[in-house]
Amino acid sequence: MPADRIKAIAASNEAMLSSTRPANWRWYLLAFLLGIVVATGLYAFAHQMLTGMAVTGINRPVMWGLYIINFVFWVGLSHSGTMVSAILRLSHANWRRPILRGAEAMTVFSITVGGLFPLIHLGRNWTFYYMIPYPNQYGLWPNFRSALLWDMMAITTYIIGSSLFLFLGLLPDLAVARDRATGWKKMPLAILALGWRGTAQQWKTYARASTLMACLVIPVAVSVHSIVSWDFAVTLVPGWHSTIFPPYFVIGAITSGVAAVITLMIVIRKAFRLEAFLRPIHFDNMAKLLLTVCLIWSYFYFAEVFTTWYGHKPIEWEVFSFLHSHYALPLFVMLLGNTLVPIPFLMWKRVRRSIPALLVISLLVNVAMFTERFLIIVPSLSHKNVPFLWGTYDPTWVELSITAAAFAGFGLLYMLFAKFFPIVAITDVREETEALRGESQRGRTRLATLVNEE
Amino acid sequence: MKRMESPYKWGMVIDLDRCTGCGACVVACQAENNIALVDKQRFAEGRNMHWLRIERYWEGEFPNVRARFLPMLCQHCDDAPCEPVCPVYASYHNPEGLNGQVYNRCVGTRYCANNCPYAVRVFNFLNPDWPQPLPDQLNPDVTVRSRGVMEKCTFCIQRIRRAKEDAKLEQRAIRDGEVQPACAQTCPPGAIAFGNLADSESLVARLARSPRRLRLFEDLGTDPSVIYLKGGGHEHAG
Repeated sequence: MPADRIKAIAASNEAMLSSTRPANWRWYLLAFLLGIVVATGLYAFAHQMLTGMAVTGINRPVMWGLYIINFVFWVGLSHSGTMVSAILRLSHANWRRPILRGAEAMTVFSITVGGLFPLIHLGRNWTFYYMIPYPNQYGLWPNFRSALLWDMMAITTYIIGSSLFLFLGLLPDLAVARDRATGWKKMPLAILALGWRGTAQQWKTYARASTLMACLVIPVAVSVHSIVSWDFAVTLVPGWHSTIFPPYFVIGAITSGVAAVITLMIVIRKAFRLEAFLRPIHFDNMAKLLLTVCLIWSYFYFAEVFTTWYGHKPIEWEVFSFLHSHYALPLFVMLLGNTLVPIPFLMWKRVRRSIPALLVISLLVNVAMFTERFLIIVPSLSHKNVPFLWGTYDPTWVELSITAAAFAGFGLLYMLFAKFFPIVAITDVREETEALRGESQRGRTRLATLVNEE
Repeated sequence: MKRMESPYKWGMVIDLDRCTGCGACVVACQAENNIALVDKQRFAEGRNMHWLRIERYWEGEFPNVRARFLPMLCQHCDDAPCEPVCPVYASYHNPEGLNGQVYNRCVGTRYCANNCPYAVRVFNFLNPDWPQPLPDQLNPDVTVRSRGVMEKCTFCIQRIRRAKEDAKLEQRAIRDGEVQPACAQTCPPGAIAFGNLADSESLVARLARSPRRLRLFEDLGTDPSVIYLKGGGHEHAG
């Protein structure tokens, strides 16, 4: 290999590792502020645990509130990694490369945050292990017929699967980071890199394992959100008991996931000066993906409301009319963010390539998706079958603090991750650059590649 | 596993024509089952703990209004929506057709309460607190529930239990009318009858064959053990 090529590769590696440079005061300030929000949330949780669920806004009949809304939202957000990374990997979309690490990391952290909410929401959090099938002297087992148990298994599987997926993709980059690390960072990186040396054999196994993991993680992701939807769909609650829920939830999850990846790309690009790697083509393609899922989501929403309206079953229609009258503003926000704004605007190439416009749209989509989860959960419980016990729900400061802490905690985890690990998939991006040259080098083997950037 | 069988299938018949909406059953239930007291503010927040409530519905426009009363309690469904959703089997079905609730096992997901179409499950948002001297009158046969668990009408299972023990000593079956839950025992007009639906000659079984028979939300397929006798008869009469 000529010397100038090696130099160029070293320089691009250096640029992509920019996030792992020693932290400046701004990083510490942000980490401190996020830490305060997390601490407030922990205080609120301790207060709830010591006093009782009366400190929340949960009541009879609305027994599930902001915690479950958060749970569905964060699990939905976690679909970004699998969608962007696995599906695009399998479809050989080269433009995914600079994005995939950020998306995969987001999956792991949002599912971790999301997985905490069912536990926060328990009346007796300290007995959460009753739900785990463990041998005990009473011969008691959890109830495998309960959707909550399916949920717990699905979430656990997804946390393990997506962590492995992230780790696998990270492996060659860990080796790059290891080779450049100095001081105390060298040892842990060397252990994590599992002795990666970049031999032809290692690359071959790696390519096979990545494809296999991508194939395996997609069905897990689809099943996870189907199961989350069954928490609602398998019940008798009017407005929840609907066969469209699993695909509707999966597409909703992908919508919020894709939007969150776009937001994150913008933040990462700005924070770590990665303009050279996250180019307009990447935003354009992600925006097209967002447009597609927004269209599907809107179609599903229409199908759901249309059949309920046409059937006009009294109790189901009661839930819908209560929603339309009492929650008109959130309903408008949801339709605005998921349908009225993204669909017409993302059809324009100029919007898709404009970073400020995409930032607004992608944030709006996630505000709308959070609202959507609220509108699914609260109105149905407020107006169930017995009119004598109709009610409403307003979250208290405890639930709001814990929600804020979830966002801050997610940000904090992400910041720490970016500080210690390469946030851009170095080897994948290099592969793309090589691909554009018409051939790619893996270890000592040279492979011809397809040029398919646009 | 062998399916457990029982000669009893507990059921209740509530005659809506006899119900005056006086609320004596609610008070009796509260006293019998150590149900936590809830102040006005918490009540308004939707934290009341009633296992049995009198639902009052108004019919017609003022001045021609008529109040209708519907005593609502756990319907002890044979195909209960609350049971399969509990991840830890805290809500279970016993061989006598009762929906049991194991307080020690409950983790407080509140899923059962969401799935109950009758909205009769109540959640302990706080630890119960009785002002003196009320703690001295707690029923020793009934557990005092801690915060974080679900509870609901048990058909006064402690009384059923005692009657079974008495009957066993005398080597006989429980007689019709021998077990009375607190609400049925207290009801001044005698609107509530309780007994064994498996015995076709029992009072409840005979009342349940009435043409006025009605079960709530029968279309949901929950198969409730509480049978109402439709009200409104006196209007036709006079």
